Amino acid sequence: MAKNGRGGRGGRIATAERAAAAPAEAPPLAGEGVWQRRHLLDLDDFSAPEIELVLNTTDVMKEVLAREVPRVPTLRGTTVVTLFYEASTRTRASFELAGKVLGADVINVSSSGSSVEKGESLIDSVRTIKAIGADALVLRHGASGAPYLAAREAGCAVVNAGDGWHAHPTQALLDAYTIHSRLGGVRGRKVVIVGDIAHSRVARSNLWALTALGAEVTVCGPPTLLPVGLDGRDRDGADEWELPPVRVQHNLDRAIEGADVVMALRLQRERQEAALIPSLREYSRLYQVNAERMARARPDAVVLHPGPVNEGIEISAELAHGARSLIEEQVANGVAVRMAVLYLLLRGRAPA
Amino acid sequence: MPDGVVMSADDVRRAIVRIAHEIVEQHRGSRDLILVGMQTRGVPLARRLAAAIREFESADVPVGALDIALHRDDLPARGAHVAIRPSDLPQDIAGKRVVLVDDVLYTGRSIRAALDALIDYGRPQRIQLAVLVDRGHRELPIRADYVGKNIATSPRDDVAVQLDETDGVDQVLVVGGRD
Repeated sequence: MAKNGRGGRGGRIATAERAAAAPAEAPPLAGEGVWQRRHLLDLDDFSAPEIELVLNTTDVMKEVLAREVPRVPTLRGTTVVTLFYEASTRTRASFELAGKVLGADVINVSSSGSSVEKGESLIDSVRTIKAIGADALVLRHGASGAPYLAAREAGCAVVNAGDGWHAHPTQALLDAYTIHSRLGGVRGRKVVIVGDIAHSRVARSNLWALTALGAEVTVCGPPTLLPVGLDGRDRDGADEWELPPVRVQHNLDRAIEGADVVMALRLQRERQEAALIPSLREYSRLYQVNAERMARARPDAVVLHPGPVNEGIEISAELAHGARSLIEEQVANGVAVRMAVLYLLLRGRAPA
Repeated sequence: MPDGVVMSADDVRRAIVRIAHEIVEQHRGSRDLILVGMQTRGVPLARRLAAAIREFESADVPVGALDIALHRDDLPARGAHVAIRPSDLPQDIAGKRVVLVDDVLYTGRSIRAALDALIDYGRPQRIQLAVLVDRGHRELPIRADYVGKNIATSPRDDVAVQLDETDGVDQVLVVGGRD
């Protein structure tokens, strides 16, 4: 996986202020020329202008969603298939809605109730979907790298909707968009990602996206839940897990000091069974994001969580539903971001 | 006028003032009127029309911007070259009288897309069309209510409307056929 383009500059991001002002004779969205991608598999090789193009396109899609009839015929005649081998509510629903708002036909296939239950392999399922004539395949799979395999076979655009511990690019893009639209930009913002980084595809994709956009990222969690390859340590021979340079802080109170954004990650209960944490109670005592700890952050700091939330474990219920929480906004932005991704991948493919 | 220039800066200015008067005359004032410019050059034209109306009518007509990239019917052919721009309608258009503003009326296909887009925002009482240049060669049953200038062209010609806001100069050029 290429690692180029990190920290690139350029690309103008439309701001809320501009939208509120008199309509400008807007130039084409910045970065229009940079998009050459057929798939969205990971963000590890995305340049800042490419991510900014997605964020700018998301602004346009937000406006479409605000219309009385939020439907445009842009992708009419194209077919989007979602193939989910793992449970999901928000990701799948938002991809489905994104496709429908843009006029595509959306077919949902899940592992239960399909031939996957009869033992059909991923490749066979992908070939079937190819034979149906899909234009895009949105894939969630428990195995890291599955979307790469699918992209080789599918003959259509493949969007990674989460693969194993590896990547969840649309989640990271919607997180970046949410931060950008609330704080007016990502560059120079101090973002703390708290929790089980090692097993989190959300965290991994966010590290790539946020560092590419110029955020200062700190990861925080117990050493057993941090991946190797962070902090420049353990880099030798750990190429597959190579990650962009970020700060590591095991103490949450210290990590949160002066933060603009705190992102709490879901703690899977299996981690306790695997003896990576002594107990849920100890974990939440040391790593729960709550109002008391947020007092150390900047006064206008915000809280993100990719969901589903374990209230009272990685985040306090009070904070998750409070004024600093952007959790619902993340879900709402998820539809617009996925519209932008489908649009950028599929424009030019719709039959007339 | 230099070769190929079919409207000078003065011609453009006079056409805008005349259309502004025609709009107000037909609507007997500016109540419930909204000017919606089509990206890109329709937007400054709509704003100039609003400024002209403000001058002689002392009324502020809201101006919006509409981008039709998501509604195009030629996206496959143009594909990645279609740039999308934000749309921004200043208020609810339901029940309002909308004057759509564009620089050139040609096949009518972008106007059709704009009508589709507008109706998704609400149900205006009426939609009219104002263009700076009508160059003919319609492919759809669409006509303009207000026209700055009718220009006879060959389908091979290119009509270029240039505006101060976008191009640094006000003029309309016809660049001859490529045959």
